[in-house]
Amino acid sequence: MSEVLVLVDHVEGAVRKSTAELLTAARRLGEPSAVLVAAPEHADAARESLGRYGAEKVYRVEAPEVREHLVAPLVDVFANLVERTGAAAVLLPSDPDGNEVAGRLAVRTGSGVITDAVDVQPAEDGAGVRTVQSVFAGSYTVTSLVNRGTPVVTLKPNSVPVEEAGGEAAVVEEAVDVSIPEESLAARIVQRSEKQQTGRPGLTEAAIVVSGGRGTGGDFGPVEQLADALGAAVGASRAAVDAGWYPHAYQVGQTGASVSPQLYVAAGISGAIQHRAGMQTSKTIVAVNKDAEAPIFELVDFGVVGDLFTVLPQAAEEIQRRKG
Amino acid sequence: MNIVVCVKYVPDAQAGRGFEADHTTDRQGVDGLLSELDEYPVEEALKLAEATEGTVTVLTMGPEDAADAIKRALQMGADQGVHVCDDAIAGSDAVATSLVLAEAIRKVGDIDLVLTGLASTDGSMSVVPAMLAERLGVPQVTFASELSVEEGTVRIRRDSDVASETIEARLPAVVSVTDVINEPRYPSFKGIMAAKKKPVETWTLADLGVDASQVGLDAAWTTVESVEARPPREQGEVVTDEGQGGQALAEFLASRKFV
Ligand SMILES: Cc1cc2nc3c(=O)[nH]c(=O)nc-3n(C[C@H](O)[C@H](O)[C@H](O)COP(=O)(O)OP(=O)(O)OC[C@H]3O[C@@H](n4cnc5c(N)ncnc54)[C@H](O)[C@@H]3O)c2cc1C
Ligand SMILES: Nc1ncnc2c1ncn2[C@@H]1O[C@H](COP(=O)(O)O)[C@@H](O)[C@H]1O
Repeated sequence: MSEVLVLVDHVEGAVRKSTAELLTAARRLGEPSAVLVAAPEHADAARESLGRYGAEKVYRVEAPEVREHLVAPLVDVFANLVERTGAAAVLLPSDPDGNEVAGRLAVRTGSGVITDAVDVQPAEDGAGVRTVQSVFAGSYTVTSLVNRGTPVVTLKPNSVPVEEAGGEAAVVEEAVDVSIPEESLAARIVQRSEKQQTGRPGLTEAAIVVSGGRGTGGDFGPVEQLADALGAAVGASRAAVDAGWYPHAYQVGQTGASVSPQLYVAAGISGAIQHRAGMQTSKTIVAVNKDAEAPIFELVDFGVVGDLFTVLPQAAEEIQRRKG
Repeated sequence: MNIVVCVKYVPDAQAGRGFEADHTTDRQGVDGLLSELDEYPVEEALKLAEATEGTVTVLTMGPEDAADAIKRALQMGADQGVHVCDDAIAGSDAVATSLVLAEAIRKVGDIDLVLTGLASTDGSMSVVPAMLAERLGVPQVTFASELSVEEGTVRIRRDSDVASETIEARLPAVVSVTDVINEPRYPSFKGIMAAKKKPVETWTLADLGVDASQVGLDAAWTTVESVEARPPREQGEVVTDEGQGGQALAEFLASRKFV
């Protein structure tokens, strides 16, 4: 079986859930090889969880240039690995960096590319891969065959249920020493400030997201209260973000994050098409809105027509009571 | 400073969007417009050009109707337009689109900055800008929420969910901008009148030296096998809060094992 290259997403060595999903999917296509870009002190922490989800090999990329420059050096690394390993496919997270690496790698290696897939399976006779995408705000499902070159696919978080590989994966490590050409070092990250951690799960990987919109009137208290009762991430509509009530990083929708959690709660959000584009593939959808005619109710599994300032706190208290 | 802004003509998101029999996006049956997300790079280009006495060229690849997208950008204040229009282009994927746009940018020539939007509002892959940088061999500086140019260096702010980064690159470069970077201007009456006299060139693939076999549906590096309309979600129970709405919500969540 051939190797399947998987880009690892991690925060200081803590491997993100989306990477476990990629490794789970990669096992269907071949032998997963994790490509880990990390400072040496973070690499060890990551290795164990990579093995748990089925990585048989870890390519460790320690060259600081890769971390200090935008996208291009990572394309060099993958192009080198694709050539060297004759990989069957490349799987990347569907986030800005992942999609851009995918696009450039496809152009460079003459390969077919699919971004934002929600599923990936081997095609018949091992000739490439078959992907599923959900497009136009989740209203269409598109199935594609990618069999040109080394198929490159980015996979949306929360699309593939994570499974541990079972058994002890013997993780072979290999330091990758790719010489990065000067021209790939042209876009340099000159300053980086980490965002303050909220203690809540990350928006795109959370199992539950509770979002607030213009209906909060700027007070996200009830939204956060319900989110914390459910152990959820907090999201926001663009109206709430534009008003400066919540940071842009939490925006859900076409120009914000695209989320696909088990449960999505929309509070004080009308359900504009651009908002739907980022949440319509959620498994269960709940809305709380004063206006019974709000379009968000067309999508819901359960809805409450009412004031979020009374409904959300009451729900949160009831949940706390049930949790005991 | 010479700036090219890539703008796309897209089907209106408010109208029902769908597919043709050959699985390409239906661009006939629906009204189109300049992608809202491409108004941001136009605005940013205009501001930069105003500060540096530069020129702004808007570039689009698309069917005849796509001339509307150029027109709108010219009304906003861009100086000239280039429309790559060729029957062979229909159904092109991002790989082919980036090829055509890169050749067109080369033909415009002597460019300091290529600006693009965050994503197409129809395809929404956000990969064309990175592919353009790859093809043009220039720095890729994407997802800019702030942008400045000083002495031949572009500097942007790029935000992700974990960090905020400042990125610098020498010009020429490809820069994509987000929808938080500015507030696009509305065309003024004067702008609308002036746009009528602004030059727009229409180029074919032959003008760019691109072979028809490299673009279009048949050249796509991936094959769409099926497109299915998802059954609309079935509306579940909606209750009206008469004092117990929160409890009803908690009850529902518990019944689905979220509590
Ligand atoms: C190119 C483009 C991209 C866009 N991208 C995005 C995007 O990524 N994400 C996004 O969200 N939007 C996006 N939008 C904007 C989108 O079109 C809507 O304007 C936006 O989603 C509206 O946000 P909202 O639902 O919070 O506000 P509104 O539409 O104003 O809805 C507020 C709702 O709150 C309800 N309400 C008011 N008070 C209460 C109360 N006390 N209790 C309960 N309910 C109450 C009201 O009944 C109403 O339904 C985009 C638009 C464009 C043009
Ligand atoms: N056909 C096109 N003509 C001109 N510019 C385009 C075209 N397609 C994409 N672009 C540019 O690339 C950006 C990102 O598009 P995409 O990668 O398709 O999401 C858009 O915002 C445009 O600036």
